[in-house]
Amino acid sequence: MPVNKTWVLAEVLHGKPSTIALELLTKARTLGGATEAIVLSPEAEQVAATLGEYGATTVFAGTDQGYADLLLGGPGADAIASLVEQHSPDLILIGSSYAGRDVAGRLAAKLDVPVIANVLDVGADGDIAAESSIFGATQVVRTKFESKRPAIALVRAKSFAAESGGGGAPTVVPIDVAIAEAHRGARVTERVADEAAGPKLEEAPIVISGGRGLGDPKNFAILEELASLVKGAVGASRAVVDAGWVPYAMQVGQTGKTVKPTVYIACGISGAMQHTVGMKGSKNIIAINKDADAPIFKLADLGVVGDALKVVPQVIEELKARG
Amino acid sequence: MNVVVCVKQVPDPNSTGQLDPATKNLRREGVELVLDPGDEFGIEAGLQLAEAHGGQVTVVSMGPEKALDAIRKALAMGAAKGVLISDDALRGSDALSTAKVLAAAIKREGFDLVITATESTDGYTGTVPQMVAELLGVPAVTFAKGLESDGKSLKVQRQTETGYDRVEATLPAVVSVTASVNEPRYPSLKGIMAAKSKPVDRLTTAELGLDGVGGATAGQTIVSVEPAEERKAGEIIADDGEAAKRIVQFLEATKVI
Repeated sequence: MPVNKTWVLAEVLHGKPSTIALELLTKARTLGGATEAIVLSPEAEQVAATLGEYGATTVFAGTDQGYADLLLGGPGADAIASLVEQHSPDLILIGSSYAGRDVAGRLAAKLDVPVIANVLDVGADGDIAAESSIFGATQVVRTKFESKRPAIALVRAKSFAAESGGGGAPTVVPIDVAIAEAHRGARVTERVADEAAGPKLEEAPIVISGGRGLGDPKNFAILEELASLVKGAVGASRAVVDAGWVPYAMQVGQTGKTVKPTVYIACGISGAMQHTVGMKGSKNIIAINKDADAPIFKLADLGVVGDALKVVPQVIEELKARG
Repeated sequence: MNVVVCVKQVPDPNSTGQLDPATKNLRREGVELVLDPGDEFGIEAGLQLAEAHGGQVTVVSMGPEKALDAIRKALAMGAAKGVLISDDALRGSDALSTAKVLAAAIKREGFDLVITATESTDGYTGTVPQMVAELLGVPAVTFAKGLESDGKSLKVQRQTETGYDRVEATLPAVVSVTASVNEPRYPSLKGIMAAKSKPVDRLTTAELGLDGVGGATAGQTIVSVEPAEERKAGEIIADDGEAAKRIVQFLEATKVI
């Protein structure tokens, strides 16, 4: 069964389509069949041109203010389910963000179709199949969607490179689905941003991350200092985020960010699967850990068995001396 | 406030899980099975709410006979009742089947609030809480790192990519909690003793009136399981005072500095 139509749920961040939406559109273009996007945001119409450039020939745009003020899961799933009835897509690609997961889960339950999560690749030669990683990316599973359509894939960030397809302006189709009263039971009253200086974690060429082995939240200061010297960004393991040492926005891993920098430096991080799934795609990995048996050393191109609190300040000295 | 907490027994997360390449199911033999550590935060959140506002905590789990141990741990922490749905037909269930079973059991119990972890430690699809909410027809406030209630509504701090959202929700609702939400209590000796006599309902899918759930109905089939590509073994050195120099050389070689 070929793919006649692939949909991408595109989220909007700061008036632009999210990077992962562009990654998914780039992939969708290669699957054969039509590529179309769904945007649920008061700013939906503003981002349509960019979605067109990346491959969407049609953009279904829902501009209800409720999509911004409520949690997207319920209203988003309702809107897409109603569109599915009219347009019968074969495959829906959704980025593995918070809102993406919420929409995908509710949509799957609503339509009684399967969703495959943690997807790294999708293919459509005959069957629609998804590759996903499990157990902290120690095993790769290939899963075939059975005959129920649409198939829903929740795709991890950075699984595909976003490339413009040079597409023109898409046809914009307004979504005319009223938001059900039941979804107004949960609403966002305030959005709080954890401000971070320096380059974004997902874009920095060097990421320096800290874990429990740093011993104390204040020791993140030395990672910040190294980061500012090499124009890198500072990340963290889930353990220290959960312990309240650093904000969640710094978390690298399964429930945090996926990073693929040129160099990843893990300081005092043991290398739990939860963490490694978010960083093992880095081009080079340096690990500093006191425990020679720490699993992080299995991933390291350069492993230093030692105390990050001693080694990192020495690296800073070396870099300063070098000028 | 009557709270239902969904829990799961998983292979000890400190050991690396495996799918059996032959059956494509989770390999449970020779691995210690534990209450998913992520579930303890939900149990704690439920207990705190029930203690503050009255009502009780019921834990619901789908799993084989052995999963009773996980339920007993939740009861030892202070939950009042357990429900375990076991059925051979449920082997190999996907997320949606799991959600259907949990939702049916939750409906049977009645609830003001359903609490789950954000995802299981072994399967981590992270979609079951939302599916359960959809099947129950209530809002899902996922990824709560802070949770307060006046007994009638909820105030949640919900993690986002850039920080967090403050969310207000009316009950009934489903909330999934992260490990930041509280510090779970340890079961006391008294709690462990009391857990032995607390009620646990044992149900099958037929008793829940469910049809078309379980492995055989999954809309997806695993076609292959392979080890992920391993990174090549690197250079491991002990810090003899010169490690910093080696790191700087390495950074130079990769041209990031």
